[in-house]
Amino acid sequence: MKTVFEPTKGMTPADTSYCPGCTHGIAHRLIMEVLDERGLLGNTIGVVPIGCSINAHHFMNIDMCESTHGRAPAIATGIRRVHPDKVVFTYQGDGDLASIGAGEIVHAAHRGEKFSTFFINNAIYGMTGGQMAPTTLIGQKATTCVSGRTVEQAGMPLRMCEILSQIDCCVYAERVMLTTPANIRKAKKAINRALDVQLQGLGFGFVEFLSSCPTNWGLAPKDALKYVEEKMSAYYPVGVFKKPEGID
Amino acid sequence: MGKVLMKGNEAFAEAAIRAGCKCYFGYPITPQNEIPEYMSHELPKAGGAFVQAESELAAISMAYGAAAAGGRVFISTSSPGLSLMQEGLGFICSAEVPVVVLNVSRGGPGVGGIQPGQADYIQVTRGGYNGDCKIPVFAPAGIQECVDTIYKAFDIAEKYRNPVLIFADGMMGQMMEPVVLPEAKGITAVEDIPSVKPWAITGTDHHEGRNVVYSLRMQPDVLEAHVEHLFEKYDEAAKELVDYKAYSLDEAELVFVAFGTMSRLCMEAIEILGERGIKAGLIRPISLWPYPDAAFDLIPSTCKTVISTELNMGQMIFDVKNAVSGRFPVDFIGRTGGIVPSSLEIADRAEKILASRK
Amino acid sequence: MKSKMFFAGSGGQGTLAIGQMIAKAAMDEGKEVTWLPSYGPEMRGGTANCTVVVSDKPISCPLINEADVLLAMNLPSLLKFESMVAPGGLLIVNSSLVPEKPKRTDIRVLEIPANEKAIELGNDRAANMIILGAIVRETGIVNPDTVYHQLEKMFSGRKASFLPGNIKAFELYLK
Repeated sequence: MKTVFEPTKGMTPADTSYCPGCTHGIAHRLIMEVLDERGLLGNTIGVVPIGCSINAHHFMNIDMCESTHGRAPAIATGIRRVHPDKVVFTYQGDGDLASIGAGEIVHAAHRGEKFSTFFINNAIYGMTGGQMAPTTLIGQKATTCVSGRTVEQAGMPLRMCEILSQIDCCVYAERVMLTTPANIRKAKKAINRALDVQLQGLGFGFVEFLSSCPTNWGLAPKDALKYVEEKMSAYYPVGVFKKPEGID
Repeated sequence: MGKVLMKGNEAFAEAAIRAGCKCYFGYPITPQNEIPEYMSHELPKAGGAFVQAESELAAISMAYGAAAAGGRVFISTSSPGLSLMQEGLGFICSAEVPVVVLNVSRGGPGVGGIQPGQADYIQVTRGGYNGDCKIPVFAPAGIQECVDTIYKAFDIAEKYRNPVLIFADGMMGQMMEPVVLPEAKGITAVEDIPSVKPWAITGTDHHEGRNVVYSLRMQPDVLEAHVEHLFEKYDEAAKELVDYKAYSLDEAELVFVAFGTMSRLCMEAIEILGERGIKAGLIRPISLWPYPDAAFDLIPSTCKTVISTELNMGQMIFDVKNAVSGRFPVDFIGRTGGIVPSSLEIADRAEKILASRK
Repeated sequence: MKSKMFFAGSGGQGTLAIGQMIAKAAMDEGKEVTWLPSYGPEMRGGTANCTVVVSDKPISCPLINEADVLLAMNLPSLLKFESMVAPGGLLIVNSSLVPEKPKRTDIRVLEIPANEKAIELGNDRAANMIILGAIVRETGIVNPDTVYHQLEKMFSGRKASFLPGNIKAFELYLK
């Protein structure tokens, strides 16, 4: 019999703890699939954040460590100094990266750290139950802005790709969305680009995944994906913000 | 190797390099700036890595990452910086990775000042971190002792897979004394890490199974079992690491208890009191946790007062009272804010206290 | 033998270096030493003081209550620290920058116009080395040969061209 499909060795057999319709699973699978395809699983060290994906190390079949909240880029900096020849990445949500860890991500990019950051932006705090994040859209409802976020109350949502791509030593920044098969293929391409940048030692690489959180958004999974495509991508345009020459 | 005259901070950095330190992460803060400066040019020469972190929060996080990945890590800071590191310290205790941390302390609270202080005593011995955990703390009283302590602290940290704190103060950081530097051990090669630290995250190709360094335990019974495991380590550490020195306790009428810089002032105060016909002694705790309670059993019955002598408003005195357990009156001499009293002031105040206790 | 010394000046005068030279030379001669600077937030122009203790026995305390030898490189140092000199002790004053006379009569006072002498030698930055020579002569705390050896170490490599000028300055009051 011919095998037409098999799960990647990059994922453990454990059932994920994510809610139905959550796109963390897609992001996990894509990253692990790429590492598997490139034969890098055994030489990769990952850092998971505080947030829903603190559990990622139960599912990603590689060596990993947990992080204090927001500090994953600093932790990856330390790992990288001990293992300059291994693949190192951080996997972080928007509360973790854009709020409490805003300093660490900016300075890892500014130092041109040679690791990759995979940023899951679902515009809300998931694990703690749906509070407003720095990335929550204007008008979007959250448990700390029940009538919807306003500029007066909380300013405008932070666009991390735009911010980081202004930093010289952040050499690669791309925003993708985990919605349709076509977009998911683009996301996989972005992961490959980030690894190329890292393996060639070109500098810091950053991929932002526009993601859905049906539970905390109060939407059905299908409607949540529609929200990403229509509302989120209107404020957070997808595409390559910065890419070194020679990277496909 | 002969003696060299070195500034404390530079000697501390060199001691860490010679102990095989792979990584140093630092953020500028007075009075320890010579350490990151020295590390920035000397550690790479020895094959290590220096990163100037964007904050103490980042420095302790980098330390955690590098240590989880199997590297020998040294970091240093001063009091307000140590406050920022509390988040990382508690996490590192839980995640069980070894890190050596030096606090060249100054006056507080808040930004405080930059002159020597011991007002972080409660912070270093009890922690500002959350949760049930403990960190061994050593308080050397001279540059040679501090160098030797840093040198051996890496082995202690690795044995217990826990942070180890060294509590010096600004005076020791800035002072110069002759020092004999220990032999350089060399840095463990990256390919040798898995055999030395089989738990380290080095990539699954390099060890059996899969390594995960973590702190989160959502099930209360699992978390309780983990904390109990930590406390089994602390019990062993408490027995192994307790350390102190006792001076001229025979027939002492008063006994100072002091550590670090303050113990050196007390040594001179003992001489001054001796010239006045007063017999004084000193207990110098070297390990602040575990606290050397047994040392207090050596206090003779001639003693009229045990005086906790500190560069703060009275923090170690709680440990002193606990160790004395009501056997002798406990009194206090202290200055704070970065003021280091003269040995004369200590002798005068001790004499008055003694008179009031007779 | 235990000698307690205090050197006071302002940043940039080389006051701390005088203390270090004596401490290093004494260490080379097998003595116990401590060198303790005052430290502050100023980089230049602030006060720069250090305490040096030299002893045959281990030194318990690097801080001193009174000084056997006190150096005042400028007027503020004299005004602030004159009272610290032990009775019978030695006070060295850089009279180039100290227009006032010391008030104490129970101590030995040595006035040296170090800056003027340094300019005469054509090396206006060597005032501290002139003072160092005077201290070594007056106190005998270290052998001049050990200081020569330290000077050679200090002014070597790229700084070797400064050695003859500094030796000249060191020797001015040495003999």
